[in-house]
Amino acid sequence: MTDYFIGHAAYYFIITLLLIGLWGMLFKKNYLKKLIGMNILQSSIILFYVVSASKYNATVPVLDPKLGEINPSQYINPLPHTLMLTAIVVSVATTGVALALLIVIYKRFNTLDENEILEKMK
Amino acid sequence: MIFQHFPIVIPISLLLGAMISAPVGIWKRKLTYPIALFASFVAFFFSSAGLIYVLNTGTHHYYLGNWIPPIGIEYVVDPLSAFVVLIVNGIGFFVMIYSHRSLAKEIPGKEVPFHAVVLLFLAGLSGMVVTGDLFNLYVFLEIASLSAYALVSVGEKRAPVAAFRYLLLGTIGASFYLLGLGFLYLDTGSLNMLDNAKIIPLLEERGLIIISLTLMLVGIGLKMAMFPMHLWLPDAYSYAPSVGSAYLAPIATKVSAYVMIRILFTVFHTEFVSEYYNFTDVIAWLSAVGILWGSIMAIAQSDYKRMLAYSSVSQIGYIGLGIGLANPLGFIGAVLHILNHALMKATLFLVNGNIFYRFGITSIPMFDENLRKKLPYTSAAFTIAALSMIGIPPTAGFFSKWYLVLASVDKNNWIFVVVIGLSSLLNLIYFFRIIEKLYITRKSNLTLDEETKMNEVPISMLVPTLLFAILVIGFGVFNAYIVDYIIKLAIPDGMI
Amino acid sequence: MNYNYSLIPFYAVIVSLVGAILILISSRKPNLREFWTISAAIIKFILVFSLVPEFLKGNSVECEIISIASGVSLAFRVDGLGLFFAIVASGLWILTSFYSIGYMRGLSEHKQTRYFASFAIALSATMGVAFAANLVTFVFFYEILTISTYPLVIHKETPEAISAGRKYLAYTLSAGVILIIAIAWIFVLTGNVEFNANGILKGVNISSAQLTILFILLIIGTGVKAAIIPLHSWLPTAMVAPTPVSALLHAVAVVKAGVFGVLRIVVYVMGFDLLKTSGLWIILATFSAATIVIASLIAFSQDNLKKRLAYSTIAHLSYIILGASLLNGTALLGGILHLAAHATLKITLFFVAGAIYVKTHIENISELDGIGYQMPLTMGAFAIGALGLAGIPPLNGFISKFILINGTLSSAHSAIVLIYLLSGLLNAGYFFPIVYRAFFIKSERFTKIREVSLFMLIPILITAGLSLLLGLFPDLLFNLFHIAQNVSSEIGKSIIVDVNKISGAGL
Repeated sequence: MTDYFIGHAAYYFIITLLLIGLWGMLFKKNYLKKLIGMNILQSSIILFYVVSASKYNATVPVLDPKLGEINPSQYINPLPHTLMLTAIVVSVATTGVALALLIVIYKRFNTLDENEILEKMK
Repeated sequence: MIFQHFPIVIPISLLLGAMISAPVGIWKRKLTYPIALFASFVAFFFSSAGLIYVLNTGTHHYYLGNWIPPIGIEYVVDPLSAFVVLIVNGIGFFVMIYSHRSLAKEIPGKEVPFHAVVLLFLAGLSGMVVTGDLFNLYVFLEIASLSAYALVSVGEKRAPVAAFRYLLLGTIGASFYLLGLGFLYLDTGSLNMLDNAKIIPLLEERGLIIISLTLMLVGIGLKMAMFPMHLWLPDAYSYAPSVGSAYLAPIATKVSAYVMIRILFTVFHTEFVSEYYNFTDVIAWLSAVGILWGSIMAIAQSDYKRMLAYSSVSQIGYIGLGIGLANPLGFIGAVLHILNHALMKATLFLVNGNIFYRFGITSIPMFDENLRKKLPYTSAAFTIAALSMIGIPPTAGFFSKWYLVLASVDKNNWIFVVVIGLSSLLNLIYFFRIIEKLYITRKSNLTLDEETKMNEVPISMLVPTLLFAILVIGFGVFNAYIVDYIIKLAIPDGMI
Repeated sequence: MNYNYSLIPFYAVIVSLVGAILILISSRKPNLREFWTISAAIIKFILVFSLVPEFLKGNSVECEIISIASGVSLAFRVDGLGLFFAIVASGLWILTSFYSIGYMRGLSEHKQTRYFASFAIALSATMGVAFAANLVTFVFFYEILTISTYPLVIHKETPEAISAGRKYLAYTLSAGVILIIAIAWIFVLTGNVEFNANGILKGVNISSAQLTILFILLIIGTGVKAAIIPLHSWLPTAMVAPTPVSALLHAVAVVKAGVFGVLRIVVYVMGFDLLKTSGLWIILATFSAATIVIASLIAFSQDNLKKRLAYSTIAHLSYIILGASLLNGTALLGGILHLAAHATLKITLFFVAGAIYVKTHIENISELDGIGYQMPLTMGAFAIGALGLAGIPPLNGFISKFILINGTLSSAHSAIVLIYLLSGLLNAGYFFPIVYRAFFIKSERFTKIREVSLFMLIPILITAGLSLLLGLFPDLLFNLFHIAQNVSSEIGKSIIVDVNKISGAGL
């Protein structure tokens, strides 16, 4: 049982991160903090992919004659990692758009606090 | 044959258009619009040709870079995706024709980036439809979403706030989808839809894929604005520029509905999602509540765009209901409603654009007979679309409801039947109050102008509006041909 | 029976739709616009009438236009019941067109283009309802009929008219939704929505409780337009519409489309056998009998002439429904004939009410003293209508009532005949005082009033004359009697009534 928990420690860490991110996005009143929460959420998912593809005693997925016969368990799966390159790009782009929006919002309302903005929007 | 490449040509032409039109626009502003229009036309043309091709020769698989799936990315154009991609690019092309004059008046000076973003948006949506790869779908989903945020944000003063909130919820949706996809990949080791479809029935341990399906459905449900995840929608639609709403409302949520159909019935199996585990029941019941909730909220609105936004929530409920019934008639109803609602909402939002162009108002209490006298054709288009929303034959709206009622009766679910009937009557309330205002002489409470000569919007705006209105009737009368020759081919295997 | 493929029923439907478009296009030229109205009306009638010889030869004319929904086509078939209704509606449209022109110009009403266009679309829909070969086609046109008459109800655009319009839409569209649900149910149950003389639902596998619910849904769906109490309340309210609208739509097209729908359901959807074995006819018979009595009593209390006519309409619609619900060929024949008889008689009365309004702007009965001296022809026509509805020979109202009573007596429930007799008395009770006031109480009020313009007077005289003519020679015009008899004998168990004998009875 303990082995199971220790073996999956990374996943619990990721879930915690994910929840922190969600909490920040939904309950923080400052838009910038919401954005930070969003980044935490996205990072947790990226970590999830990265962790899921990691393997002990395995090497980069380039065929190595020294290892002898081809055995998949000796190589890590490269696909989740490469997928995450794309996901990071997406995440950066999203952050960029969000920051641009925040600048406009700040210029128009002089604040990033949700309650104040909603007040001024009426 | 060069035409074999059409699945990639559709998103690529739009992407290229976006990339070319923006820098060219910086150099010479006037060139942006023709380039964007041309790119959109190319996508529209290939979508139409693609549909004809697929109907004649069957499903078309296109391997990107000749990598054989499941290693490489595959684009699959079957009757369903060809149909939806044509809706996307058809609406896109005609709204683009419309947008020229409207944008020049509403957001002068920003046309260059706007057109580029629109092309990106259409490219994202088209890509979501034609791709046969789940991760590729995520990338296109984000392309479409990011451009959608931008489309919303250029609207009125409050638009950036609406766009930011849309961005937060949209990102949660996309993240959930990505997380669910991760679980699916852990279990099956494949990202290809058809490959997954083969692997999933062989799995004995189902815990992971159930988590994965739940997460993916929540993510897509957020993007689709399925009740109760619709909270971003009313603000986003009502603060966006009128052309922005005209792009977003008809097609953005519909494509997400299409993705939901794909995930439920192509990747997973009808039996799996409706009999072993009751995913579809949950979707159907949520949608049924959404239908009523959206209609009731729409009645309470006094802003025309906001009313349409809530009516969208209700209409998406119809699609969700059809999906959730998980029988062939419900499927037909859902897919037909994707088309019908796209046309109706496009008409209604273009009408909004026309009214805003002439009078600068969106508030329903300010509508009156002078408006109709000045914009007689726009008002006629509105009336047709409104009748269709209510579900009066021979307009298209009647027939999607007809199939949905048949499907609900077939499932012996009388509550859904009542919901559909009730929602028609609620639609009647909120659309007829506008029709009354437009067609009945009252003492004007608004000083539009004293002079009431006809003063229609420019022809480039009027023609798309009327075209959509005519199509609402045309596709209503000829719906059986669409159903029999296109949608029936797409009914998933195992659906009974 | 031979089946002939012919597009004539389709043309009969479409001609006034084309007319409506032409009317809209020529909105700036009133004379041209009215020319389109009249020519569409005449062409439509000729088309409908051209179907009669073929029908009497025993051939059934039918056509399929397109597939309207997966598995169902937009199809038309000319059967006796539909042809009968189509002749009545399209024939009276010609007269109403002339009358409308006189009425609208006499009052120089606003938005006449909208009025005439909506009228033409409504007639198109009525033809569609009449010739529909299946339930989906039926409901397709039934809904169009609802929507196209809405602009007519609100025509005056007073707050009163607007709220009447809302009420009208709320009632009829709710009914439409219910009807669509019932039809969807039938489609799922049987996979077939084609009308046939045995009843679509014959032999269907369904529990009796479900059958009862289905029947009630169907009857509510059609019964709102047929104004069965308690579904009637839109009809008196809708009397704020201009009189020609009340005349044609609320005496002939719309309400008769509802009654026609009830007949279709009783005869062609449920079928006599099923209604008899399940005992469901009792529901219909009870409600329609109650409607006859209650509506007649309410009519007494109405001082507004059009409202009184409206309640009388409600009562007479239920004559037809009661006749059909007795599941007896003869009573059905009487009902069908009453559909035409009530149409000509009631349209006369409404035309007269409109004529009085155009000349004097009076709507109340209590103010009509002595008007008969100034407008003798008009009020004479009114007297004929009143006599006919009370069932006095030699008018057509007598013939239909006579056959209805005959059928009732030969059915197992002959006590129902008392309803008809009582209602006849009540009819006399609420109509004759009007005639009495008009002709026998002298008043100086109307000395400057003359007869209405010929545009209006001639239609009034023609409809009154038609009532008389059809009373004397039921089969003389358009073979109406034969067509009706054909329907009831197709359903079977009808006493063959010799048409010559009936003519004699009329005299």
